[in-house]
Amino acid sequence: MDLSFAPEEIAFRDEVRAYLAENLPKRISDAVRNGGEQTKEMLEEWHAILNRKGWLATTWGVDFGGPGWTPVQKHIFEEECCRAYAPRIVPFGLNMLGPVLQAFGSKEQQDYYLPRILDGTDWWCQGYSEPGAGSDLASLKTRAVREGDHYIINGQKTWTTLGQHANMIFCLCRTDPAAKQQEGISFILVDLATPGIEMRPIRLIEGGHEVNEVFFTDVRVPVANLVGEENKGWTIAKFLLTHERTGIAGVGFSMQSLEEVKALARKIRRAGRPLIEDPLFAARIAQAEIDLEAMKITNLRMLFKAQQQGAPGPETSILKIKGTVIHQELKDLARRALGPVAAPFPGSMTDGNIMFGPEGTANNAARYFNNRKTSIFGGSNEIQRNILTKTMLEL
Amino acid sequence: MDFNLTEDRRMLQDSLNRYLGDKYPVDHRNKVAYALPCHDPDKWAEMAELGALFALAPEDAGGFGGTGFDIMVVFEALGRALNPEPLLGAAMASRLMTKIGADQEVLLSGATKYAVAVGEVEAPYDLDSITCTATAKGAGHVLSGRKSAVYGGQVADVILVAAMLDGKPALFEVQASDAQIAGYPMMDGGGAAEVLLDDTPAKLLMADAADALTDALNAGTLALCAEAVGAMDVTHATTLDYLRTRKQFGVPIGKFQVLQHRAVDMLTEIEQSRSITIKAASELDGPDASRFVSMAKNLIGRAARLVAEEAIQMHGGIAMTWEYPVSHYAKRLVMLDAQLGDTDYHLSRVMAGLKAA
Repeated sequence: MDLSFAPEEIAFRDEVRAYLAENLPKRISDAVRNGGEQTKEMLEEWHAILNRKGWLATTWGVDFGGPGWTPVQKHIFEEECCRAYAPRIVPFGLNMLGPVLQAFGSKEQQDYYLPRILDGTDWWCQGYSEPGAGSDLASLKTRAVREGDHYIINGQKTWTTLGQHANMIFCLCRTDPAAKQQEGISFILVDLATPGIEMRPIRLIEGGHEVNEVFFTDVRVPVANLVGEENKGWTIAKFLLTHERTGIAGVGFSMQSLEEVKALARKIRRAGRPLIEDPLFAARIAQAEIDLEAMKITNLRMLFKAQQQGAPGPETSILKIKGTVIHQELKDLARRALGPVAAPFPGSMTDGNIMFGPEGTANNAARYFNNRKTSIFGGSNEIQRNILTKTMLEL
Repeated sequence: MDFNLTEDRRMLQDSLNRYLGDKYPVDHRNKVAYALPCHDPDKWAEMAELGALFALAPEDAGGFGGTGFDIMVVFEALGRALNPEPLLGAAMASRLMTKIGADQEVLLSGATKYAVAVGEVEAPYDLDSITCTATAKGAGHVLSGRKSAVYGGQVADVILVAAMLDGKPALFEVQASDAQIAGYPMMDGGGAAEVLLDDTPAKLLMADAADALTDALNAGTLALCAEAVGAMDVTHATTLDYLRTRKQFGVPIGKFQVLQHRAVDMLTEIEQSRSITIKAASELDGPDASRFVSMAKNLIGRAARLVAEEAIQMHGGIAMTWEYPVSHYAKRLVMLDAQLGDTDYHLSRVMAGLKAA
């Protein structure tokens, strides 16, 4: 056994680190560090910078313009991006639809859409969940009825992340209501400018606008926008969810959060000493750090396996469950460290000269609440337990 | 990065697992484990022949291993079989003897059994609080004091004792026949002893031995972590078998989601335990060994108790019986927390690192 990266992997890490130091605009990393809003322009700017380097579509094969990285390289890249406070790459086009089109799309679809994802012409969002179909995604009801060369789509999608920035949406629609649940679903690409589509914001628990609901009323979509075969969309949906789960351990984000908590607990004083020396608080930090240290190795073990076997196995659900719980615990600690200083509602401080809490920490309550989402999205932690029950425990 | 065992370690693991499964099954184990001397001399000799002890020392000390990964492989196999033989003392003694360059041929061959005595009744874990003292007498030294929970002490031929000399913990060798030894079987099987020293003649091995003793304690703690991982794997597998076969309300109880999710949580904690043990093993000879070993023992203390209590609960009565093996695994998993520092003790050590930072 050897837990260290190979010399060429360390060289790669240094290359990524140097590149980020040189090319990530401070304005953007400051926004990430301070938990402020990451604007559409910022995200597009960052995507364009990475694209020029050829490091944007990290999950794509070389044939399609990806860097052809190993799972370990991808991991190193993600960790370094977190370390540098780079924005997270918006995954819907790059890490979800891109791989889907490469595996299931026609040559025409690949040639048309993939370059537009890379250069930012298209901003994709995801039309999966519905008000009545969350964990039980296969019960989705949005209908696509074939009429000549078009599908007529009616229904509603929800939890559409950053849909307010998007011009395109990929949807799961029911094309055969008579078939068994999973067998009547198709994967369809929809231009959001098509008449009959309305996007409405959903305001989240902490007050932010991150997700949306999308209403479809008699929306006419060319049949050419079907990906793969009609009624075979569930296979694609599952493929995509697997891609959604990779990197879901969020080890880099948790490492970042741990450092923030420690820095905060060194600055803030309680009972005449730094909070980090308060035994109760220090015990909570130490336990989270221990769990995260184990998580790092669990993540590397699964990366190693994926590298050897070519694909991540079902055990990645362990990463989702444990990774999100650790990250949530760290966000809780950050909020608790600030105490009352975390209370002001984000954006409510009208005097820009007054800092609430050490730099960038005033949003800690908002971040804590926002991060409750991580154990729900991408297949809730309970769904992950169901997956593990079937695949690993064989019960 | 490579998470595969080397070929040599894999072969050792296979042969130990096979031997213990065939020759030292749980029913035999239970006969040995709960009554003095908690030791089967024939089986001990056979385990030594398989290399279970030679694996604990590096080549230049006469062994063929000696790294954290070697300790991990041996003790994980012991844990799977719930083996009560006194290898923990051997592992710790071997670390100490490697550090001082002492010949350990008789230790590694199994001919002489060693135990290591650090903890005391009022200070079971700390080197800092040792009260056992050494006094120069004639050409050598004598020791006075009481050593507590000396694992394998009930059958040891030689005991390596930590005692204060000139205000520092020093390391001495005591012949078991020179000390008063009160051996006992433990709640979870296997033996230990109280070692009473009263002007007992002792040979000084190392005067300022704090670092060497810390290293031996780290190695022993790693060994316990690996043992727990092995025992947790078997406990979990046995629980899953039970969930698949036990029927109530007309279905196997493993069809109930409330039990499925708890079985998954056991799996998650076991994988985290395996990960942190691998990490501790990889750091055993590095500058941060104490920190990573403490992380491992803390996490495993939590995980092992969860696995033990959940296994008993999900077996619904049957694992409360002496006859059913899970009861013995559960006892081991809970009780090993108190060996060489429990979850709270090791959490404090990790917290101390925060403070200094």
